Amino acid sequence: MTKVSRRALLTGLAAAPLLSACGGVSTTGTSGSGGVTLMSNQFSPVEEKQRFEQILKKAPVPVAFNQVETGIFASTLQTQVEAGKVQISVAGALHGDLAPHKDRLTDLDDLLGTLGDRGFPAELTDLAKLGGGTTKYIPWMQASYVLAVNKKALEWLPSGADVQKLTYDQLLAWATAGKAGNGGKPILGIPAGVKGLYHRFFQGFLLPSFTGGQITTFRSAEAVTAWEYMKELWAQTARASTNYDNLQEPLQRGEVMVGFDHVARLVGATGDFIMVPAPTGPKGLGYMLVLAGLGIPKGAPDPDKAKQVITALTTPDVQLEVLKQNAFFPVTNAKVPADLPGAVGQASSAIGKQRQAPKGILSLPPVGLGARDGEVGQIFKNCFKEICLDGKPVEQVLDAQAGELNKILAELKIPCWQPDPAGAECKAL
Amino acid sequence: MTGRRWVIQLLCVLVSLFMAVPIYLITLAALSSRESLDRFPLPLLPTSLSGETMTTFLRSTGVVGGLINSITIGLSTVVLSLAIGLPAGYALARYAFRGKDAYQIGLLLTRALPIVVLSVPLGRTFLDLGLYDTTYGVTLLHTALALPTTILITSAIFLGVPPEQEEAAMIFGASPLVAFVRVVLPQALPGIAASALFTFVLSWNEVLGASILTLGRRTLPAQLLATLADSPLAFRFAGGLALVLPALIFIAIVRRYLLNMWGTTLR
Amino acid sequence: MRKLWLILPSIVFMTALFAWPLVSGVLQAFSGSGTFRRMVDDPYFWEAARNTALLIVALIPLQFALAVTMALLMREKPRFAGLHFYLWVVPLAISDLAAGLVWLSIFTDRGYLNSILEKAGVESYAWLSVENPSTMFLAVLIAELWRATALVFVIVVAGLQNVPREYDEAAAVFGATYWQRLRHVILPQLKPSLQVALILRTILALEAFAVAQALTGRSFPLLVGETYQWYYTLQNPNVATAIALVVLTLSIVASIGYLRLMRP
Repeated sequence: MTKVSRRALLTGLAAAPLLSACGGVSTTGTSGSGGVTLMSNQFSPVEEKQRFEQILKKAPVPVAFNQVETGIFASTLQTQVEAGKVQISVAGALHGDLAPHKDRLTDLDDLLGTLGDRGFPAELTDLAKLGGGTTKYIPWMQASYVLAVNKKALEWLPSGADVQKLTYDQLLAWATAGKAGNGGKPILGIPAGVKGLYHRFFQGFLLPSFTGGQITTFRSAEAVTAWEYMKELWAQTARASTNYDNLQEPLQRGEVMVGFDHVARLVGATGDFIMVPAPTGPKGLGYMLVLAGLGIPKGAPDPDKAKQVITALTTPDVQLEVLKQNAFFPVTNAKVPADLPGAVGQASSAIGKQRQAPKGILSLPPVGLGARDGEVGQIFKNCFKEICLDGKPVEQVLDAQAGELNKILAELKIPCWQPDPAGAECKAL
Repeated sequence: MTGRRWVIQLLCVLVSLFMAVPIYLITLAALSSRESLDRFPLPLLPTSLSGETMTTFLRSTGVVGGLINSITIGLSTVVLSLAIGLPAGYALARYAFRGKDAYQIGLLLTRALPIVVLSVPLGRTFLDLGLYDTTYGVTLLHTALALPTTILITSAIFLGVPPEQEEAAMIFGASPLVAFVRVVLPQALPGIAASALFTFVLSWNEVLGASILTLGRRTLPAQLLATLADSPLAFRFAGGLALVLPALIFIAIVRRYLLNMWGTTLR
Repeated sequence: MRKLWLILPSIVFMTALFAWPLVSGVLQAFSGSGTFRRMVDDPYFWEAARNTALLIVALIPLQFALAVTMALLMREKPRFAGLHFYLWVVPLAISDLAAGLVWLSIFTDRGYLNSILEKAGVESYAWLSVENPSTMFLAVLIAELWRATALVFVIVVAGLQNVPREYDEAAAVFGATYWQRLRHVILPQLKPSLQVALILRTILALEAFAVAQALTGRSFPLLVGETYQWYYTLQNPNVATAIALVVLTLSIVASIGYLRLMRP
């Protein structure tokens, strides 16, 4: 018995390398030639990924959808282009994820020219130049952040407050009353987990609403007020927030009742929810645009097929299908129907209200930070950690972090982006 | 004496519970319906079982291909690391030589470095050599990761085999190779098995290097990595079970083999 | 000359796959300036260093005590030894990624532990909250103990094989108590195995971060987790390499320390 199993095992071991004679088995669903590879860090949740693979089946050429983590997206693109052996035809990611690879993407001015009928807004095609003179990616889809509210939480809404037109003070009062009314359990949550997008809340919502800027006003007196406010708000916020990478689940499980997050990370929550615009602060309603784009790496195989894929992904049909399935909004003039299903329709209306708010302050994703984008985002996260979690004095933290911020910006020498005034070199004053 | 036996039995059961209960719970979580996972408190008995999340998870593209790649890479890594590591482990155990300490420290040094730092240079080399996105490339990396442990474990094992027996065999006319195969290897086999087991597991579980060095021919965990991170909790539990199940099966297969080898100690 | 041929393949292999990419990686990373300043100024760095040290100091002794106990229990040939052995070795094949998910299902706010407490009529507790750093640490410690003790156990069992029962039995005949035999007969014989296990575990413990990350996000940062954070999320390979070198230095110091300490 022993002898036999030993021999079987050894035979198995010897046979193993033979199995791999072909270098491995494909895991992307398309095998053989004729297809192109689309690598993206979007649609990572398993169901979103499966739904997008269905949408891709309608493309004119077979597309292998390669869904990877952001870090692997970056290192794969970098390695392949630097080695001059590129296997990816299309790279799809957020503006901030594509920005570090400006020099690794081909110019797409000609493709953009042929897509004139799509009606991309000028602010988006400007962003797609990544701070240079030529188009580096084609806008793919957009999104923003909103507040999702469980209707049960409305009973604690302060009198006189309109949930569709909240101010930051009302939000704090609401969170305070909610916590008291809910037996000391906070009702508000933010996505402050390791993969959460909470820094966007500070960069694009809280700080612009209080200071009117993001970078230039980083350590202004208004910014101190904003962070003092944040400290008070955090005291009324669910402590488990630092474990939330998204708010869909805590909302659905009822751990929190009010949450701020990326719409795509909210629409899956089933139940009695409404979605409302972000609050307004002393300077206005700050809100941030999230933009994803499609680029073609330099030296990509089948660039013509790649362009066909990009063209297909910007057709009105596909744009609306992505909206319905995965809650990313069109970047083209595709007409959004009024009868969108539940959560997507709610999100659509909340985003519309944000955009049309009389005192709206639009924040663009950082322009021209390149590879340093993550580090700049981290500076806002560090402020949160040191001020709200570690309880350090606000001015001291802001001064120290402004120093780090300016060190990065001094190396880059770039002009500011909205909402800061585009003028001379960008830095925290 | 019976009292002592009871204590031993009790302790064994306690340790087994510590090891088994978490596996039971993740299985329960993975096989629960999404709605029942939203309830609180969670049911502790399998009352509302549903394969829904698990099937969605397993149906996603590339799970079968990833499984085949993972097994291929794991077994190739075992073979390659033993082929290179056994001789070195033997030399380390039997001979004194200059730079022995430096060699050992050098081996350890490699194991202590987070592979992320190596990823980009290694990826570039592999692209140039045509090894990128093949099982060969990942096998090479995994062998490099496993080699230090293989060498150190086998050298400890060889230390335990008295050199006198080997010398005796050679006095009776056996060549060094025959003496090694006939005398040393049988005694060292349990330890070698342990080291091979460890290598396979290391390769099976290594995610980051495999993700960086492949694109369309992923290993299973690399294929699951991105999906796991951002999916709802129900799917993450399903993914957790999908990663635990092979471990259960794998150990079940190897255990009998290990028990046979360790016969006297364990039965 | 024979020993050279035995060792040479491993040296060539490791040079090609480790030393060369390492040198080119480090050289590239250190083209930037102020890297170390940046590293030590980061609010997460010192916390990560402290957590890593704490975890290792608490984990390793516990783990070794548990593993040796488990191996000695096995030696007593308990009933159902096969089943026990199987369960004890299973975590060996479970990745840190999966282990993190397993324990997340237990410790998360609405997880199984709190469900049990709730059913027992006890108020549930936020085990993984930033406000409760001690339970957060405890959760990571238990999960790591569960995941990685099997490795030590297997090495110790293999080592026990080389301890002839006759020695032990002879000592027993002369009236030595169990503790005396353990201390003077069994443990000294286990020394080479323990030494290997100790070095391996320390290095691997320095490297482990997936469990802590799955359970606590970045609330309980560890040094190697920070490397990945800097490399991937922040895309700053310079600082990532600097932290990696700190980890490397710690591993070397620990390994040399053990080798010296346990030298006969």
